[in-house]
This record gives sequence, structure tokens and C-alpha cells, in this order.
Amino acid sequence: MIHVSARVEYMSISVRFFASIRLKLGKSHDTIDCKGIATVADVWERSAKIPPPAHLLVAVNQEYASLGQSVHDGDEVAFFPPVTGGQE
Amino acid sequence: MKIQLSATAFDPWQEIVRYQSGQPRLEGKFGATTVFVGTLRDFNQGEAVRAMTLEHYAPMTEKHLERIAHEASSRWPIEDVLVVHRYGELSPNDPIVLVAVWSAHRDDAFQACRYVIDELKTRAPFWKQETVGAGKRWVTPEG
Repeated sequence: MIHVSARVEYMSISVRFFASIRLKLGKSHDTIDCKGIATVADVWERSAKIPPPAHLLVAVNQEYASLGQSVHDGDEVAFFPPVTGGQE
Repeated sequence: MKIQLSATAFDPWQEIVRYQSGQPRLEGKFGATTVFVGTLRDFNQGEAVRAMTLEHYAPMTEKHLERIAHEASSRWPIEDVLVVHRYGELSPNDPIVLVAVWSAHRDDAFQACRYVIDELKTRAPFWKQETVGAGKRWVTPEG
């Protein structure tokens, strides 16, 4: 009898942190296995390991997103504080 | 249309002359050029600012600046847009951002220029950290 085992290959999710979030977490990049990861909030929880701060902004593949947005293999997820470009 | 990020100091007036002279299709087509230049002050919120670090998220920055410029082009009948934004280490008196708009008429040029700088402030992923006194502080959005 031949036993065939199915092996699921998971790709990874690239995580990036900027500005005060980067300093608070002490890292600018992370790579996480996407097994068990469904949303942006899951990515934050796995990588940051602290509750998300107020006014946290997120982007998935360089587009603004919400913590509830779903993520997929190979996505780039970024977390950062409110932006302050330009000039008053 | 041109979107440029600069790691080193730039002269906004030279950038305008250089860009416009390289666009012969603009000749005779525009009657108005509006320009906004944002420059680093040596004071903010009652404290002396000695330097500033401007962090950004490439390539999200370019992507959103291009989108904002395209939006301005679709909302107003303008001929061209130039945006130059600094990042990295800045000193007081360094230009931070340049927005220049060319249009047939002044009202469209003014409104489009205002739109680009206002949208940029809330959508382009830049973060300012000022060096004040002995320490550094993150700039937070007003309001």
C-alpha cells in the first residue's frame, strides 16, 4: 500500500515597519510564514507581539489598507504612524 | 509629468527651469505657472530645530505621488506637473518639497497646485523627525 502524504508549501509575507513604529519594535523588516495568517491584524500580532498602537496606518503591497484586510502569499505588509510629508 | 525624490539638497528654481526647458511641447501652451516650495524652518512649536531626518517608504512614495499628480491632471485642465521631494538628512533652509503646475489659466494652475500639496501631506508615506535641543522628536500631523 502506497501512502501519499500531501505537503502544503507556504510562502512568506514580507513585513516592514517605519518611523516611530520601527524604533519601538527595534526592527525595520520581518519575514513571516503565512501559515495561520489571514489578515493584516494577524501579521501585526505575529510580528510585533504587542497590541497595535492608536493611529496605526497599514499598507498591503503599497496600498493603504485596514487591519481587517486579508493577506496572501508573497504580500508586502507595512505598518507606520500618520504621515508628515510636505510642509505646512 | 515628473515625480522626483532627492536624497540631497536641491534648488527648486533650477529644477523648474531645467524641467520646463526640457519640455518643448509646453511652448505656447501655458499662460500660468504656479509654484509651491516648502522649506525647513529653524523653529517649530516654540523650539529651535537644528536638523531634520525625513524617512519614506519607497516605492510606495513614488506610487502615491504619481497618483496624486494624475488626479490633479484629470480634475483640472493643466499642461504639466513637477513634484520634487527631499528625504534623508536636512538642515534648516533646505527646500523640502516643490510642486509646480503649468496650465493655460491661473485658476486651474492654483487649484491643481494646492490639491497636490494638500493630498501629498496626508497620503505620501513620509515621516519627519526633528533634532531639537539635545534630542530628537517625531513630527505629528496637525489637527
